[in-house]
Amino acid sequence: MTSVETTPETSAAPTLEREFIGQSVPRKEDRRLLQGQGVFADDIKRWGMGYIHFVRSPHAHAKIVSIDVTKALELKGVYGTLTGDEVAIQTDPFFQIASEPGAHVQDYALAVGKVRYAGEPVVAVVAETRELARDVSELVEVEYEPLPVVVDARLALDPETPLLHEECGTNRSWSGDYEWGDLDAAFAEADHVVRIKELHFDRFNSTPLELNAALVEYNRGTGQWTMHSNNQFPGFAAIMMGPALRVGLDKLRIVTQDIGGGFGNKITSHPQLTACCLLARKLNRPVQWTEWRTEFHQSMSHGNERWFHDVEVAVKSDGTLLGFRCKALDDAGAYLRYEPLGGVIWSQVTPGLYRWRNIRIEFTQVMTNKAPVSPNRGYSRMQHLWLTERIIDIVAAELGFDPIEIRKLNYIKPEQMPYETPNGCVYDSGDYPRALDLALELIGHDALVERRADAESRGLLLGFGVGSTLDSGTNNFAQSQLINPELQFSGNNEVAMVKLDILGEVVVTLGTAPQGQGHETTAAQVVADIIGCSPDDVTVRVGHDSYWNTHAGFSGTYASQFAVTGLGAVKGAADELAGQMQKLASMVFGCGPDDIELAEGHARIAGNPEAALPFMALGAIVNAGNAGFAEDPPPLNARYVFRPAFDVPDQETKFGNLTLTYATQIHACVIEVDPETGYYEIVDYAVVDDCGSRVNPKIVEGQVMGATAHAIGAAIWETFAYDEEGNLLTPNFYDYHVPHALDMPPLKTGAIESPSPFTPLGTKGMGEGGGAGIHAVCAAIQDALRQAGKPIVCDSHNPYHRVWSMLQDPGATRANVEVHSK
Amino acid sequence: MAEPAKSRTISVEINGDRYEREVPARRLLIHFLRDDLQLTGTHIGCDTGNCGACTISLDGEAVKSCMLLAVQADGATITTVEGLDSNGKLSALQQAFSDTHALQCGFCTPGMLMSATVLLGENPSPSEEEIRVALQGNICRCTGYWNIIEAVQLAAKGGGA
Repeated sequence: MTSVETTPETSAAPTLEREFIGQSVPRKEDRRLLQGQGVFADDIKRWGMGYIHFVRSPHAHAKIVSIDVTKALELKGVYGTLTGDEVAIQTDPFFQIASEPGAHVQDYALAVGKVRYAGEPVVAVVAETRELARDVSELVEVEYEPLPVVVDARLALDPETPLLHEECGTNRSWSGDYEWGDLDAAFAEADHVVRIKELHFDRFNSTPLELNAALVEYNRGTGQWTMHSNNQFPGFAAIMMGPALRVGLDKLRIVTQDIGGGFGNKITSHPQLTACCLLARKLNRPVQWTEWRTEFHQSMSHGNERWFHDVEVAVKSDGTLLGFRCKALDDAGAYLRYEPLGGVIWSQVTPGLYRWRNIRIEFTQVMTNKAPVSPNRGYSRMQHLWLTERIIDIVAAELGFDPIEIRKLNYIKPEQMPYETPNGCVYDSGDYPRALDLALELIGHDALVERRADAESRGLLLGFGVGSTLDSGTNNFAQSQLINPELQFSGNNEVAMVKLDILGEVVVTLGTAPQGQGHETTAAQVVADIIGCSPDDVTVRVGHDSYWNTHAGFSGTYASQFAVTGLGAVKGAADELAGQMQKLASMVFGCGPDDIELAEGHARIAGNPEAALPFMALGAIVNAGNAGFAEDPPPLNARYVFRPAFDVPDQETKFGNLTLTYATQIHACVIEVDPETGYYEIVDYAVVDDCGSRVNPKIVEGQVMGATAHAIGAAIWETFAYDEEGNLLTPNFYDYHVPHALDMPPLKTGAIESPSPFTPLGTKGMGEGGGAGIHAVCAAIQDALRQAGKPIVCDSHNPYHRVWSMLQDPGATRANVEVHSK
Repeated sequence: MAEPAKSRTISVEINGDRYEREVPARRLLIHFLRDDLQLTGTHIGCDTGNCGACTISLDGEAVKSCMLLAVQADGATITTVEGLDSNGKLSALQQAFSDTHALQCGFCTPGMLMSATVLLGENPSPSEEEIRVALQGNICRCTGYWNIIEAVQLAAKGGGA
């Protein structure tokens, strides 16, 4: 593995002296995790707790005729059960984000009346042991009346197709037309129009290794629940659960500690948490729920599967791209747990990295008898960026342009930054051509011709591909109003509290729920630089606690934003604490606050080493020795809410800034394909990341690597495949192959820094990676097969058998593409 | 014919301590470690023996503790992740994991450490390929494995786990 660093060419003038920010300081989290002393949700136990197991539907679509739990309840050690009928009485359906017709979906903690996907929870049983809970679920008798199913989103709106949610009157959850620029003029001006009939972005997710879990307790005296869980967006869970349980949010204490990976997939566990709450109250005992791997695969947070139809691209003879139009068909699965937000979130990156100004997408989302989708690393933008990258490579192949040159010709130029996209998003900074050049250098693009010949001499087809993507971060939640004008969400926030305690300890609490992103470390780096101490002297509390740690409405860890929102809040609170410390020292020394400098763990008068108070003295004075001050000393306790400045986008034109920062990732890969079998290997891989100023480069690189591995997995092996009856064919790690150590190609990483002018530290959110690896692998396969009938890669997921099919019948995919030239 | 025993008393040595416990015959070794002995450093990430988060050293071999019944461990000597450090001092391999940023969420890490510790015990200077083979039964979803392989190489260079 090789790593290349380049210094920024331009830099936002940093006002903060940075000793620790920008350094790869060792992670504060590591020690406990390496010693097996981390505390994950399943590690937490309570006396007398019961274990929950969900009885799940074997059918993808069926009426529930009857449920009989009598036999289960007769068994010794069984504490109780919960059925959909009880849930429907004791809770209200979860609030729906959708406007018409998805607004009518009735979604509960357990299936009520019918089931809509195989694996849907129908009954929950609670027993003394894990084993007994699982055994006893076999004794629950559920009679079903199977209904016809719809698995293929393309059939969901046929009049013949059965309805999942009769209340909606359709399987359409949401639709909306997006159009910016002048499409007619663009196509009139075009010398070539490239048409692609159909493209398909496959269904998969990030399969975090730790499964969803919770330990839930109910306090009968106060009517308050405590949930020790691994939900990664407690702010969202609380908003969903409070109204459903008919309580205020203060009755819901959500606590997280160590979380074993999330990647968006642990945002929508609110139905299961609600079932846990009902059981803890009903049985008057703590209840514990840990999902099984098969249950996760069958029911949790699949990534959005998306079809693109009738894609038309307007191209000038020199390769200038003028615009494109298409229909997007998104498959939400059976329920709308975070959807239909995917129907707008893609538009954060409407033009991808390119300067085309004329874009029209007719977006329709439908519901099918498959697991509900929810955010998954790269959520909704990845699908759209795959489309733009596919368009570029298909246009290049059909019109004879070099894929590198056509990208460079059309990339937004560094001197155009900040760049307003056709839909009013503002790309804050970036240098795409430079990032691409570095990726090409890392992968040895100069030697491609020789390598192609070498592969050929071994009977293999060499392919080269690039994927260029954006990682948009720090959502403006007002974009939800483009989905549903009735919604009141807008802006964003995160909060931090920094205090100096009696013995001089610096303590930070945050609203975030990290899952491996190193928040404790990077927050400590920022605080240390601001108040003048070492990160070792800063304690950052682990995780979210909605009773005892500070938190805000959007608190959580999702959507590439911590380096902006979380660290923005930390910086704000630390700045305020620093001012308080200066003020206190000035009161002690009888000087002005500006005469005090904070350094090396002391507040001291600059240039006078005798006049220095250690942090411990400051903490002790305020907390335990505060007599004799004429005016109140400052509290040495600062809370700061970071709020990015956003406006509400215009609903008519769908115009406005949807995210604050745009990190860049350019991936390049070389593959070798065996033309006999379709088997291929990635033989070289390079990634260049630009996420502005990096607080901890090693942590950034780690996430770049992780995103790369996820993309490679999705490109080659990982898929949630269903049969015609709606049975998931890949419900465990045997059938759903995630990359193993032997699967990973050699990797070279590089970084450039284009600091964001819009954020307190010049940072950008990062980590999702925009699926760039999927785009690069698709491009490389298409390149390799140029010599074998020139098939077009039309699917994001290309297992070996699909490549073999393309080799056998290249015409089948070629029929998908037409070029009309003037 | 007598009914098969529903439970049995087993005696195992774990991280230097001797435990004698009566366990249900059907209890998995991983649940015995986590639920009965509170050794929660060893994790569960799948139902099928694929993920390796539950890897421990049993009589010197890396085994997946979700693939054994607790009663099968009777008489065995076991090391779990909790037994790798010496009085709080990280092992060379643990330190190398931190130095190379070979962990993010840390959930797979105990299993990775155990597989790699057993590898380095048997083969103090493994090739990159040998490391990949030794870790192929351990899934990591955060790192892409590159830094984990580097960590094992670093520990090997320093003289072992």
